[in-house]
Amino acid sequence: MQRTDMTETPLHASEFRRIMKVLFSRGVVVFGIVVILALFVTAIFAPWIAPYDPYKLDLNQTLVQPCKEHLLGTDALGRDTLSRIIFGTRTSLMVGVVAVCIAASVGMTMGLIAGYFGRWVHAIIMRFIDALMAFPVILLALVIAVLLGGGLRNVMIALGIGLLPAYARLMCGQVLSVKENDYFLAGRAMGAGNLRIMFRHVVPNCFPPLIVLITMMMGLTILAEAGLSFLGIGIEPPGAAWGAMVNDGYQYLLTHPILSFAPGFAIMLVVFSFNMVGDGLRDALDPRLRGVL
Amino acid sequence: MTTYIIRRVIQSMLVLVMVTMIVFLVMRLLPGDPIYMLITEDDLIQSSEEKIAALRHEFGLDKPIPVQYINWFSAAVCGDLGVSIIHRGKVAKEIIGRLPITLHIGLLAFIISIVVGIPLGVVSAVRRGRWLDTGVTLLANLGITIPVFWLGILMIYFFALYLGILPVQGYTSPFEDFWMSTRKIIMPVFCLSVFPIASAARQTRSSMLEIMRQDYIRTAWAKGLRERLIIVRHALKNALIPVVTLKGLMFRNIIGGSVLVETVFNIPGMGRLAVDGVISHDYAIVQGIVLLIATVVLVVNLVVDLSYGWLDPRIRYG
Amino acid sequence: MPVLLEVKNLKTYFKVYHGLVKAVDDISYHIKKKEIVGLVGESGCGKSVSQLSVLQLIPTPPGEIVAGQIIFEGQDLLQFEANGDEMRSIRGGGIAMVFQEPMTSLNPVLTIGRQLTEGLELHLGMDVNEARNRAIELLSMVGIPDADKRIDDYPHQFSGGMRQRVMIAMALSCNPKIIIADEPTTALDVTTQAQLLELMTDLVSRFNASLVIVTHNLGVIARYAQRLYVMYAGRIVESGTAKEIFGNPRHPYTIALLNCVPRLDEEEGRKLVPIEGMPPNLLNMPITCAFKPRCPYHIERCGQDPWPDLKLIEGQHYVRCYVET
Repeated sequence: MQRTDMTETPLHASEFRRIMKVLFSRGVVVFGIVVILALFVTAIFAPWIAPYDPYKLDLNQTLVQPCKEHLLGTDALGRDTLSRIIFGTRTSLMVGVVAVCIAASVGMTMGLIAGYFGRWVHAIIMRFIDALMAFPVILLALVIAVLLGGGLRNVMIALGIGLLPAYARLMCGQVLSVKENDYFLAGRAMGAGNLRIMFRHVVPNCFPPLIVLITMMMGLTILAEAGLSFLGIGIEPPGAAWGAMVNDGYQYLLTHPILSFAPGFAIMLVVFSFNMVGDGLRDALDPRLRGVL
Repeated sequence: MTTYIIRRVIQSMLVLVMVTMIVFLVMRLLPGDPIYMLITEDDLIQSSEEKIAALRHEFGLDKPIPVQYINWFSAAVCGDLGVSIIHRGKVAKEIIGRLPITLHIGLLAFIISIVVGIPLGVVSAVRRGRWLDTGVTLLANLGITIPVFWLGILMIYFFALYLGILPVQGYTSPFEDFWMSTRKIIMPVFCLSVFPIASAARQTRSSMLEIMRQDYIRTAWAKGLRERLIIVRHALKNALIPVVTLKGLMFRNIIGGSVLVETVFNIPGMGRLAVDGVISHDYAIVQGIVLLIATVVLVVNLVVDLSYGWLDPRIRYG
Repeated sequence: MPVLLEVKNLKTYFKVYHGLVKAVDDISYHIKKKEIVGLVGESGCGKSVSQLSVLQLIPTPPGEIVAGQIIFEGQDLLQFEANGDEMRSIRGGGIAMVFQEPMTSLNPVLTIGRQLTEGLELHLGMDVNEARNRAIELLSMVGIPDADKRIDDYPHQFSGGMRQRVMIAMALSCNPKIIIADEPTTALDVTTQAQLLELMTDLVSRFNASLVIVTHNLGVIARYAQRLYVMYAGRIVESGTAKEIFGNPRHPYTIALLNCVPRLDEEEGRKLVPIEGMPPNLLNMPITCAFKPRCPYHIERCGQDPWPDLKLIEGQHYVRCYVET
């Protein structure tokens, strides 16, 4: 079977170099990678990086305008804005990572089952996915929040559910295309177990689009989390989340616009970086995905 | 074409049933007593155990889940979505009053995103690598990035507070005072349309670039046609096919975004109602809104999908 | 017969990630009026690229016509801007192409009629009705039954062979002087292949046009082509009349190609001999003969000196080889 050679392209060293070269050839992508690395470092070492305790109230220092001591000023309770933004990285990253993990694992399992069994199993699962896609993610999260309460854990579950259709569809499509291939039929003819063939061929094929999807979804997830926390759903006070900070600062927009502007800018920077790295990965790993993802 | 329409309509109905099941099950099976949907919490505290049991029986909440679903479903079809505790009235009535406001802003944003986003993508693809393309691409990448609520706040700060040329917040019906209404919705509509414009432009661009590499485009060049004719007649229709799918999804996102935009601009639409419902634990309102929005999204998706037939003869005659 | 198209020292290179691909490296050939010429070679030897270069249809980047002259009716086509007015009037009007893949070469969202008439309107200045009538005429000419009804059908309603007939009608529609058919029948089954070639050669002579058939299959053109060019690795390795080449093949590559073509008029029991080895990778090629690694006749000189020049054998027969076979 000649065709297997074309589908099972192992990552040679030169291939890896090519991917890296394409990835690093665009300025915005490099920028995104740097920001994402910085984001992880900031989240991990937040207590050491932040100049102040983000939770400590200081009623003598409320609504301080940006100055040397407080680069981005302080909020209505005297907490240092910069420190809260730095601690906010933890919220964003945690929600992003956990929600994407939930979405990817549940979604891909559903897609695999739908594609593998086909027929009515496929019909039911995919109609369910369609139904899920009729709900705006943020509304779905609102419903779950109203039922389970608004904690961070529930936001992660809600976003995980809201974002799983993309993974289910990706996986289902891959499985279906593998099933149509000659090598699948050939493998069956030779008596190889269906599931074994499936995993051998589906998993490697899924890898590039999956990485791209995950990266792009990180941006979307962080954006959605910010929206939810802006509405007051998610992290409980006094925890720091960027969306909530934008909302808190909104009241003081006329006099202290920085309170809203700064955390919003942080959201944008991070989401932009994930999106750009996602684009870059897509172009490097599999340009055919352009327009699909 | 007829078979295609019938198939799509039936499919949409199935999805709609699935949607109602999801809403119902989520509301019933997750923790939280559905009795809250029928009486207020205060009443609940004041009521005795027997009275609550009697209420449960009266509303059929002691019946098996499938029976409950069918009862609930037939009530919902007739427009009975329960009683809102904060608004002290029928949920359906409350929502229907808010729906036009959300649709007014949402549909405008949707239309703008098509009218602006697709041409931007085409121009960007045609001028690939030039400064125009670089500019559009950068703006589109920022557009899919910027948090809509933050953009709203920036605009309020700049246009309303700093320049003072637009009203800060609120909503006026266009039938009441068209000029005022338009002035008030400029910022919300703009905010809502940024993300869909950007993603339509991105999708159209990459779709266009893909189509321009196709064999039939080479055939068109080989005929000696002008570039403009090749783009408009040969490439665009093909390139729009994947974009159409995306636009269906976009409508869902616009409605989702309106939750945030209505909060920022203090617009009394459905999104605002949903948020208030969540804050005051008004189950019935939230359930009703989610159900209605999913239905609207499905209808829009159906219409969008049917426009495939116009674009793609393989479906029209399939 | 006067020379209609003369290609001189054409070089088309592609800049790719790994380096420079010399897809067409210094080829020269000519086509006379009403002549049928075959261009033969394996896939990837640059024969399609050379033909696309004639109409400047090379995607740029990565491709680029680096050097050469393409003289058609006294004008050097390479002096024209790629998508400028002069070049566009040649495309379809002076030189038309039939592409390899009938399944993907027609636009799926436009009717056959629309795709036929737009050329007529452009090059012959016909109005809508004239163009439509002419299109129906052309469709019946290429053997499409019920042409007046099928003109409003879409490509997906046609079979592969029928689509290729539409492509032929499209190519002929504006009375071009030359039709370039790039592997016109490769994607089709054998019986359809023969019918289409018959149709194409027949129509071309009725339209007083010349025909270039690009193919990897010597058998395909044995019956039709008057002259042949054999290409290998971006260069012409042998050229001459069909009689000269089939009767007295001189380049080892041509000989190898002929050995793997089944022939009806031969003694039974001849073994078909496949060509050993893989077609060369055009990336960063050595200056020595590219066929040497696969050549059973190669001598020491082949691995040391650069490609030899084409040398005259007799008549119009030229060959590019050090070995006297």
